[in-house]
Amino acid sequence: MSDSIGKVKAQKVTLKGKFELECGQSFNDIELVYETYGVLNADATNAILICHALSGNHHAAGKYENEEKPGWWDSLIGPGKAVDTNKFFVVCPNNIGGCHGSLGPNSINHDTGDYYGPDFPIITVRDWVNSQAKLSDLLGIEKWHAVMGGSLGGMQALEWSYLYPKRIKKAGIIAAAPKLSAQNIAFNEVARQAILNDPDFEGGRYLDKSKYPKQGLKLARMVGHITYLSEEAMRSKFGRELKKEKLNFGYDAEFEIESYLRYQGDVFSESFDANTYLLMTKILDYFDPASNFEGKLVSAFESIEAQLLVVSFSTDWRFAPERSKEIVNALIEAKKNVSYLEIDSPHGHDSFLFANEDYVKGLSAFLEN
Amino acid sequence: MNTIEVIKNWIDKESEVLDLGCGDGEIISILSKEWGSRVLGVEINQDDINKCIQSGLNVIHQNIDEGLGNFSDNSFDVVIMSQTIQVLREPKKALQEVTRIGNESIVTIPNFGYWTTRINLLLSGKMPVTGTLPNTWHDTDNIHLCTIKDFENLCSECGINIREKCFFNKFGKESVLAKVVPNLFATTAMYKISK
Repeated sequence: MSDSIGKVKAQKVTLKGKFELECGQSFNDIELVYETYGVLNADATNAILICHALSGNHHAAGKYENEEKPGWWDSLIGPGKAVDTNKFFVVCPNNIGGCHGSLGPNSINHDTGDYYGPDFPIITVRDWVNSQAKLSDLLGIEKWHAVMGGSLGGMQALEWSYLYPKRIKKAGIIAAAPKLSAQNIAFNEVARQAILNDPDFEGGRYLDKSKYPKQGLKLARMVGHITYLSEEAMRSKFGRELKKEKLNFGYDAEFEIESYLRYQGDVFSESFDANTYLLMTKILDYFDPASNFEGKLVSAFESIEAQLLVVSFSTDWRFAPERSKEIVNALIEAKKNVSYLEIDSPHGHDSFLFANEDYVKGLSAFLEN
Repeated sequence: MNTIEVIKNWIDKESEVLDLGCGDGEIISILSKEWGSRVLGVEINQDDINKCIQSGLNVIHQNIDEGLGNFSDNSFDVVIMSQTIQVLREPKKALQEVTRIGNESIVTIPNFGYWTTRINLLLSGKMPVTGTLPNTWHDTDNIHLCTIKDFENLCSECGINIREKCFFNKFGKESVLAKVVPNLFATTAMYKISK
């Protein structure tokens, strides 16, 4: 029986001490918010770390008191679900640079007393994984049963597998890529330009001036959202349906898809931070594990000991199956334990969020074998 | 001996094995569990893939017909292709790929020259439906059936050497008849081949 995890609450922890970043800067004491579901067993061998993607956060499953909307991966995490909370202790942190409680651009810089804003250093996937490793220490988890995530979350799971090979038994790398393509970076750049050129962005110091670059963030999200859906999904969901019965010969939202994108952009821009969005796109752009190994992904994967599952989705064009296969083929060549699943799904990149039957079966088989 | 016993006789314990069209992982799971061999399966059927993952086997979701270019030359000690070549669009190319990827390869085929198949076709005038070939002509995945003679001819045409061969009767066992007149009395033939 699959069921909801029910009411959940976020927790907060401070990673004490100096934390060096890849860019050369450092933080003293990092605050992270996270959620946990299920129960950690006595020998701490049933823990699964969930890594969130670009716009995600620590609220992966269950519902908050007085809220109807469940966490972003509620379809897959819960009692009897793909990530079965009857069996596993699931941890999902909000990454550094986020805007939902962890240290990020909208936190106060204690050295200056002001918001970090645009001064927040550029974080990398490696920094995230290092901070997650510190969180593991605090939670008493020496070795994760699995680390997994979709999209940018999958990149973190991959990074875990070669950065901390002894601390991870399995890695679930879902709808990810070994690095961004020129096209991927191009879309991110359009999103960044939308934010940077909003007059209310104020060079990133909008919070100090009680302003907010809502239009820029909205536009950024609209562009991003298009890349998460497949042509097929958009066609079947919206087609050329009009909001009113006939064309209006104007620039208001006339087609359903226009109205949908505007709505999604509005909702997002009210719950997300513009500096965080800029930062997240940069983290994606910089991810390239092969770059430290003369472009050889196989060499980057040399240290891996975990069992890996790579999953892609047929209609995902943001990180198409071919991109996942680049990871898989390098793992095969490096003689690592890898399985690969290509799931037939109409939902484009967003497919990783849906409880597709084959996907769920594959994931639970992998986590429980 | 049955097929798995023969395979175990033909390969070393330390072999790294790639099974193309591994199904639910029957062969590689035995090699992995009993011998601790490093194994990798390639399969296209989702249910079979999940069964492999459930058994803790490494399996890649891939359509062999779309190419095997992701596997480099001589990257496996042994490549197994069991009861798969007849469902492929380009059996000749597949055979060449198998011997390119593996230092040695083991290929198993259903023998269309088996006597009941021949009689079936001769007497009914219809495409044979038998125990090993249970589907009708329009509903079968077996689009490239061949006889033992055909297969051996293809090997020699491709410059592929047959190192060992073994023939099985309809019970999946070796038998005297299948050994003496295989093209007539073997339902299945298994070959150890290399370039």
